Formats: sequence, structure tokens, C-alpha cells
Amino acid sequence: MKSILIIGANSAIAKATARLYAEQKNALYLLARDPEQLALQKADLTVRGASSVAYAAFDATDLASHGALVAQALEALGHFDIVLISHGSLPDQALCERDFDAALEAFNVNALSVISLLNFVVKPMQERRDGCIAVVTSVAGDRGRQSNFIYGAAKAMVSTYLQGLRGRLFPHNVTVVDIKPGFVDSPMTAHLPKGALWAQPEQIAQHIVNGIEKKRGTIYAPGFWRLIMFVVCSVPEVIFKRLKF
Amino acid sequence: MRMHSWGRYPISDSTLLTPRSSADFAQHLNTQSSIDGGTVIARGMGRSYGDSALSTTVLATKGMDNFIAFDESNGLLSCAAGLTLDSILQTFMPRGWFLAVVPGTRYVSVGGAIASDVHGKNHHVDGTFCEHVSELKLLLASGEVLACSRTENTTLFHATCAGMGLTGIVLEATLRLRRIQSSAIEQRTIRTANLEEALEKFEDNLNYTYSVAWLDCLASGPSLGRSLLFLGEHATDEKFKVPSKRTISVPFSSPAFLLNRYSMGLFNNAYYYKPIRAGQSQRIEAFQYFFPLDSIQHWNRLYGRMGFLQYQCVIPDEGALQGMRKILDMVSAAGKGSFLSVLKKFGPANKNFLSFPMQGYTLAMDFKFEPSILPLLDELDRVVGDHGGRLYLAKDARMSAEFFQTSYPHWEKMRELRRGLGADTLFHSLQSQRLGF
Repeated sequence: MKSILIIGANSAIAKATARLYAEQKNALYLLARDPEQLALQKADLTVRGASSVAYAAFDATDLASHGALVAQALEALGHFDIVLISHGSLPDQALCERDFDAALEAFNVNALSVISLLNFVVKPMQERRDGCIAVVTSVAGDRGRQSNFIYGAAKAMVSTYLQGLRGRLFPHNVTVVDIKPGFVDSPMTAHLPKGALWAQPEQIAQHIVNGIEKKRGTIYAPGFWRLIMFVVCSVPEVIFKRLKF
Repeated sequence: MRMHSWGRYPISDSTLLTPRSSADFAQHLNTQSSIDGGTVIARGMGRSYGDSALSTTVLATKGMDNFIAFDESNGLLSCAAGLTLDSILQTFMPRGWFLAVVPGTRYVSVGGAIASDVHGKNHHVDGTFCEHVSELKLLLASGEVLACSRTENTTLFHATCAGMGLTGIVLEATLRLRRIQSSAIEQRTIRTANLEEALEKFEDNLNYTYSVAWLDCLASGPSLGRSLLFLGEHATDEKFKVPSKRTISVPFSSPAFLLNRYSMGLFNNAYYYKPIRAGQSQRIEAFQYFFPLDSIQHWNRLYGRMGFLQYQCVIPDEGALQGMRKILDMVSAAGKGSFLSVLKKFGPANKNFLSFPMQGYTLAMDFKFEPSILPLLDELDRVVGDHGGRLYLAKDARMSAEFFQTSYPHWEKMRELRRGLGADTLFHSLQSQRLGF
């Protein structure tokens, strides 16, 4: 039985992952903005088999609250076997380009809040010399694209940070997993047209659980995105800057 | 966006929304009711065959798919209406529980199972799905949420069960699960020479909980209605295997010409003569017995891009042999056919206004969609009507309002009730509009 902290627990990917962990009878602690949704999730996960489910409401952008919230979760669970960070937002690129406040919010939600939380999560895991930290970033962070480089930059910040953290924590036996989903059909992308490359949150969740189990470093979910991004990143800049996607 | 249900006919142009909570649903209803002429229908997994889940605006329930509570002492499970029967079985079969009634696919939502009042291979013993629903929570056009059961808001309960989503939106339901002693089914197969023998064998084996017959609907003359009858009982070996997730998929629409009377004839002949261990029972996993088609994802694509129509009728006992013989004769003569012709025994009808089953036999057939099929089905309607039978709304895509209104005598009560609830202008599917609501 593992003790698992899920941050951004109301997101579609986190919900699907929590369900898989509940079926394995683990102990779960959930952090998200909407306590009503969290209460519904608690009931659902309990029926599915979770050995215990507790939760608290939290606002990712309230950086000052992170310390206390993580401490509360640690108190409830006893220790962290797995910490999954899965909150985020898809900003309006055009708006962010016109209004820096919107861009700043996007960076706060998607990057700075993640790093702030990681600070508090790393200490107890490092001391215990065990566990896995998993963060959902995005393939968008692999290369900046005209259509969403604010989102891409924020996710890239987190991915680069995780690379360094991985090395820092390796001697302490703590694994750091970077999960890079491609297009996922979820409330965050409800307004976008879907196509053949789109995955369901349940598929991503299975990749996350498998990847954490196998202590992988970077996971592309689904796997074909590794090849797609390899090609995308190989395109010379001279050509790439002329592409409009 | 273009939408269709399982038969891929008809195709509608609808707005699809996926609310995430009951508050969201209420809000959407509020918005819709202020739009002139706009109609709304709820949609679960879209496994009805025709136009029951198509409308101007379609509200998908799959965002509301949470378990709420389970009581181990009495098997009462409450859950949100978007939860699938598959999720329920995956979670509870390993713990020794099953659903009292399951339809032919597990990929239907609880709300959908209630709206169609689905039946399984055990109707003559256990009735329909809603017989095992103890309560449901219904969101009305007004935004009010009412709890409905056999003791509270009873009329509304009997209108909503089998109500095709026309009374409101089912948000939650409480189901009674049933204890099982194994995840396997003991199956016995009987090969029958013709329809008459099939009906005889059904009657001889009413003591079996589960029974279903696959019919060769292209056979004619003395072999008319030759079939394989699959009888089943839950095993008792206390072995609970986790259901396998392995499936194959039909990746794209197959060209329609591949499915014709010759290819189907070959398939039917091969299947009818497949080896069966006559007289002996065979232990097979429950999912294989109850949901054989679920292992082929998107099997509906085999019928080609034009889609297909499923025709499912029930004919009361007295006229069943004669009526079905006539139907099979007409289908065979027209050279139309399907791989999947299924015959089941029904017990008595229940109190739900638009519930399909009645004491007698039900025959379900798939027909590839071609314009020439429509007049044939109208002829079949006449035969069914003449014998006092009716069609299953969850499968229907083309029945006339006239035939519907004659065969479902409680439809007027339904219409009055809808008027009283203010549901008659808001909740409509393309089907309900076609049938005269």
C-alpha cells in the first residue's frame, strides 16, 4: 500500500490516475481548488478500493500557502511514496501576447507554483531516501511553437528544472519522472477540434502508473509522441520559424 | 458537429456539450430553455442504434461518472448516471458481485440503461434493468431535482424508467447488485433444426437463468430459423478472474459490398455448424457469454459508411411462431440478412410506460442500410402489429408515429406527464419528434 499525494487532483488526468491508484488499494491525499469535486472524488475512490482518501482545497497561485498544505498532507499520509503534480491551465496565446498579466498568470500556474510545491515535497522524500516525484508537463515544452509558446515556455521551464532535480535526488534514491502528454481530450482542451492524435485521460493515466512503477525518467504519453517530437526538434530553425503551427 | 449513434444512421447536426456536475447540467438546461425551438437530450455512451440520443443539443453524461457509495450488506450501489456498466463490473466482479440484468454490451451508461430499460438474456426470470433500480435522481426542465422510486414520485419513476430521456436527465441512481459465486458461466449449446424447434427448446429450458439463440436468418424452407441456443448459469467454483481487457478493433469503415447475402450466407453456415459439445456444459468467462461483441471494438464499422439498422421486435407467445416465421420468410425472400439475428424469451411486461418487453419472444436483426430496406421494415411492422407486438425504441431509427402509438398504449400518459413537467418543449430527441411527442 503506497501513500500518494496528488496535486491538481480535479484535473482529468489526475482523476483517472487516482482511480487506478485507488483500485490498487493505496492511501490518497488530494489537493485541488474545488472542495465539492474533491468530496465527490473521495466517495468515488473509496468505492473503487482506496484504503484512505483525504483532501484539502488549495490555490496553486497562492505560493505562501504551499508549505502548510504540503505539511498537512505529510501529516495525514505519514510519508510520500508518490507525489503527482498535475495542475495547470492552457492560456490564450493571443491574449498573453497582448497582456503581460495574462502571461504572468500562465507562468505562475504552470511553472512557478510547480517549482514552489516541489521545494516542500522534496525535503521529506530526500530524508526518507525513497519515493517518486512525477510531474505532468507537455510535449509543448520540447520546442517553442508560434501557436503556444507561452504554455510551451512554462512547461519547458518545469522540464528543465526536473532534469536538474533528477540528478540532485539520484544519490538520495528518489526518482523524478517527467510526464509529457501530447494532445489530450479533457475539459482543458474542450474548445479545441479533435483529431486522430488525441488521447483520453485514462490512457495517459495508465502511462503514468506504468512509468512510475518502472521508475522511468521522461515519459511521452502515448509513446508515439517521442518520435513525433524527435522529428519536430530536428527541423532546422531556418525552416521551423517559417512554419505556422 | 455531425453526430450519430451506434447504427451510424441517421446523422444529425448537433451541439455536443459535456457538463461536469449536476449544477452544470442545470445551467445548460436553463440556457437551452430560453432558446427558441432548441431541444436537448442526454447521451450516455451513444449505444442506442438510431436517433434516441440525437437532438439540437446533446448533453453527454460521461463527465459525471463517479461512484457514490456501496453497501456491502445489501449490495446497494449508488452512482452518477454517466458511469458505465463496464466500470461497475470491473470494480465489483472481482469482489463477487454482478448486475442482475445486463444488456448485450457493457459499454452503456447507467442513465442509458435506465432510459431504455434494457433487458438481458434473463428477462423471463429477472425482468428488466429498472426492476433492480431502487431509486433515481431526476433533473427536471425547471431545474428542480427529484428523487423517484416505487414509493416516492412513483408515476415519474415509471415514466423515467424506459422513458428515453424524455422526462428529464437522470443524474444518479441506486442499483441493487447481486452476489455471484464465480466470474464464469456454465454454458450449454443446443443446435436446433428450425424455428419451431428453437421455440420448443426455449420452453423446455425455462429453468436456465440465461438463454439466447443465434438465428441463421438466411436459411429458408424446412430450415427456416435454424439456430444455436446458448443456455447459461453462473458457475459456483469461487474463482473470480479479472475480466480481460484484450480487444481487437475495426479501424475504419469496411466497404459496404463486402457484406452481402453470399458472404453472410457463408458465415452463417459456418457458424451454424461450428462444433458444440452437445449435452455437455462448457465453462466460459462471463464477459464472453454476456458481451461477445464487446471484444471487437467498433464492430459497427463492418457495415460500411452508410451504417445499419437494427430491427428488434417482440411478439406475444400465442402468435410468436407464426409471426416470426412470416418475418423470417419475408427477410429471406428479400435476400437481406444479418450475421446477428438473436432470439430471446421474454417474461411479462412491467409498469414502466414505454418499456419494450412483454410476455413472448423477441427477435433482433441487423440490416445494412440501403434505401430498399425501408419498405421491407414497414412490411415487417405490419406483421408485428398484426400479432400484437411492438418494436424496441433503443434500436429504432425509422418506425412510424402511427405504429408506435398503436403498439405503446401508455404513450399518451407519457405525453401528458411531459406537458405537466414542462418537459414537452425542452426534452426531445429526433426519435421523440418522429414518434409524435
